[in-house]
Amino acid sequence: MAELNSGDGGGKKKGHVRSKKQNAGVDLTAMVDLAFLLITFFMLTTSLSKPQSMNLAMPDKEDKPKDQQEKLDVSEDRTMTLLLGEKNQLVWYYGLPTAPIEGPTKVGYGKNGVRKELLAKKETVKAKYASQPKKQDLIVLIKASKKSTYRNLVDILDEMAIANVKIYAIVDITPEENAMLKKEEILSE
Amino acid sequence: MAKVKMSKQSTKIDMTAMCDVAFLLLSFFVMTSTAKVPEPLPVDTPASTVQTKLPDADLATITIGKEKVFFGMIGQDIRRDALGKIAEKYSVQFTEEEIKRFSLIDGFGVPVGNLKKLISLTGEERNKEGLQPGIPYDSIDNQLNEWVLAARYATKELHGEELKIAIKADGKEEYPTVKKVIDILQKQKVNKFFLVTGLRTDDF
Repeated sequence: MAELNSGDGGGKKKGHVRSKKQNAGVDLTAMVDLAFLLITFFMLTTSLSKPQSMNLAMPDKEDKPKDQQEKLDVSEDRTMTLLLGEKNQLVWYYGLPTAPIEGPTKVGYGKNGVRKELLAKKETVKAKYASQPKKQDLIVLIKASKKSTYRNLVDILDEMAIANVKIYAIVDITPEENAMLKKEEILSE
Repeated sequence: MAKVKMSKQSTKIDMTAMCDVAFLLLSFFVMTSTAKVPEPLPVDTPASTVQTKLPDADLATITIGKEKVFFGMIGQDIRRDALGKIAEKYSVQFTEEEIKRFSLIDGFGVPVGNLKKLISLTGEERNKEGLQPGIPYDSIDNQLNEWVLAARYATKELHGEELKIAIKADGKEEYPTVKKVIDILQKQKVNKFFLVTGLRTDDF
């Protein structure tokens, strides 16, 4: 293949001797090709077969959750809540569930959906707390409803990583929030 | 004449060394790669962009799919020890042969009562779909809890490490099932998990 058959081209005088030399060598090109093909195959498959993972740390469950709540300093204008519904859609609101500052609004997942809102809210909070550098981070509460899937949860955790939201928690959904989802028709009984 | 001869010489490359290197690398990759083992409960994990890898030691994997839960541990010594603890707890006797066979099983999903039968099957029969009903994990008969506990004790005793727990759930699994498993783990004060995901290739 890559080796030229020089026996035919020239050297008519010593043709006999030359052909003998040619027979002694084996063309290894094809073999090397094959070996490298297999190497590539094994390299790719081994690195891909090791599963990836996402670290998830949940808060310690305590017997008296109310005491803990008092310790946490959560201002309503730093909190954004995401309610995961069915049909790969979610509802978000900003502020308290009873009197949301913004929302509730229905959005989808991905860069045109919830990510835009997350990034916008991140900026809002940063601007609001410009004088207090310790409070500049947005807090996101993730509340998955009964009908949401595990994929939705991973997608949202992925959004947290992409949007670089440092404070987030997975919390149980409340009946009022279930009602919000029902109103947007993304939760059926 | 002489010039022509020179150029003819240079077209030839000795491939022997290259071939040697190529095969050396090939054998290295063949030996170090872990063969993909067939799983008793195939799940389609959701994709994510996070690039952290799963640890490969002191890890227990909880597989969730179709509301069934399977449990798997890494390391034969851990499996052996955990089975011993479970046998003690549920007062089942296992022979040395059965313990040895169990230590080679990657993941399983049967109640303790059916464990003997599962061990007696061959690897191929074991992975038949629908054969393993899953480990009971409801509040009446919470065997998953016992298995996690046994595996944690075994890892602590044998390796002196805290057991890491990976949750590998199907993308279409509804959240309450996953929540139930997380609750079981949180009751044991296990608050850190690894969620097994695939690589996201499409534009998210």
